[in-house]
Amino acid sequence: MSFTPLNQAKDKYDVIVIGSGLGGLTCANRLARAGHDVLLLEYHFKLGGLATWFKRKSHVFDVSLHGFPYGMVKTCKKYWTKEIRDSIVQLKDIVFDNPQFSLKTTFEKTNFSDILVKRFKIARSVVDTFFETVNSMNFYDDLAMTTRELFEQFFPGRTDVHRFLMEPITYANGSTFDEPAITYGIVFSNFMNKGVYTFKGGTDKLIGMMGDELQRNGVTICTTAKVDRVITEKGKVTGVAVGERIIHAPCVVSNSGITNTIYNLAGRDAFPAEFLGRIDKVKVNNSSCQVYFGLRPGETIPDIGDLLFTSTAAEFSSEEMLKMDTRSRTFSVYYPKTRPDGKEDYTVVASMNGNYDDWAHLSAAEYAKAKEEMIERCFVDLERYIPAIREKCDWVEAATPRTFNRYTLHTKGTSFGTKFEGLDVSRNLFKALPGLFHVGSVGIIMSGWLGAINYGVIVANDADAYLRS
Amino acid sequence: MTRDDIKDLILDIIADIDEDAEFAGLDSDKPLRDQLDLDSMDFLDIVMELRKRHKLQIPEEEYPELATLNSCVNYLEPKLKDQ
Repeated sequence: MSFTPLNQAKDKYDVIVIGSGLGGLTCANRLARAGHDVLLLEYHFKLGGLATWFKRKSHVFDVSLHGFPYGMVKTCKKYWTKEIRDSIVQLKDIVFDNPQFSLKTTFEKTNFSDILVKRFKIARSVVDTFFETVNSMNFYDDLAMTTRELFEQFFPGRTDVHRFLMEPITYANGSTFDEPAITYGIVFSNFMNKGVYTFKGGTDKLIGMMGDELQRNGVTICTTAKVDRVITEKGKVTGVAVGERIIHAPCVVSNSGITNTIYNLAGRDAFPAEFLGRIDKVKVNNSSCQVYFGLRPGETIPDIGDLLFTSTAAEFSSEEMLKMDTRSRTFSVYYPKTRPDGKEDYTVVASMNGNYDDWAHLSAAEYAKAKEEMIERCFVDLERYIPAIREKCDWVEAATPRTFNRYTLHTKGTSFGTKFEGLDVSRNLFKALPGLFHVGSVGIIMSGWLGAINYGVIVANDADAYLRS
Repeated sequence: MTRDDIKDLILDIIADIDEDAEFAGLDSDKPLRDQLDLDSMDFLDIVMELRKRHKLQIPEEEYPELATLNSCVNYLEPKLKDQ
């Protein structure tokens, strides 16, 4: 894919989108299709934000492909292309393995309910009522109830059931038992529809197809173009400063983090005092650690499942999952079916939640040692599922919250945006500073691949209304 | 636009959103959401398309006015009378 060099971009556009995560890409595409002249500026040399991949030796490692809800089928068809939709395929083997239970599920509602009834001995009527309750939750509902209270109401004292319901969601968006129950209900219901899906061809193919579609729709794309600041005049957005250039636009959509957007790009001074009070309450979510394993060509992995939620911790604890030496991790296993047209490649990505502050201040030597220890812990766990994995690998590498910070520039390397209060600030940004919009992971519910894409559509509608007013 | 024109307009927009939408037997007084399996994102698409085609600005708090085909017509008729 070839993009436009920054010095060939025009001086003026209808809209400038800063950042090319799935939210920024979708917002740009939607606005271009609505007839606006759109410039997309990305700091990295690749599009995709955290929907990314990298190559080592003969391997392609997917950073965040893991698995997304069925809703992506409709969303990709409507807001992207039928070709993109047609590459979405189901991942059928989701595995849980921990001291409380070991089981396999398709994560489909019927299968999941049956497990709750047969394996966990929960009355069918309780399971059905629980599903009805979470399915009917809306983001504007009462926030007072926490997820902990929701679980205690339906499954009192059943820490095993709580773990079964919560663990995947904590990996998906960093949420805890203490978040508003609606954030759990909305995200869980999205997944608990028809199971978990992936993109055949891998992240590189998806982002490539999105880039092509954007250019077909007339979007100008500049990569390695880091925006320094959003320019405002008389309380309104008028453009951006990027490298040596000032580019004008009455509307700027930032797909940078919400805190980056406010504090670094626009600056606190651009906002009224009342709004600053709300901004300062926004808490960013935690970050992630990953370890990537690539198998030497010719080596294979038996079918051990697509996504493994594993832990040797006695019970679920979101605090335990954030520790540097957490005993809880997911293994995303990528078989050659991931890229049927590519070279036969087996990779495994271990993902853990993590805190930026635990990693940020380590010296170079301490940092290298901490990464080695994390890799070793992952090897020990992975050996339980793939014996002799150490001998089979020809590439192992670790990423930490510092890595996430370096590639996304997100405050504290957050990989799941903000806690719930960030949604209100993000959606109302343009009311505090006309012309400035934010799209990206916020509020827990607007997170993950489906959340990010749908939020891109919601923000495109807001920006379109502003541009046509 | 006449009331029938507005009905056609809404159905035309929905057909663009979902090419498989089946309009036979549609009850104009019952929620479109249930009959055509529309979700909140689909309603957002309708709002954006009305803005593009007819320069209509529909505030978020008035989205519920688009619930049924008849409520759409009642809501849009005064706004589209000169188009």
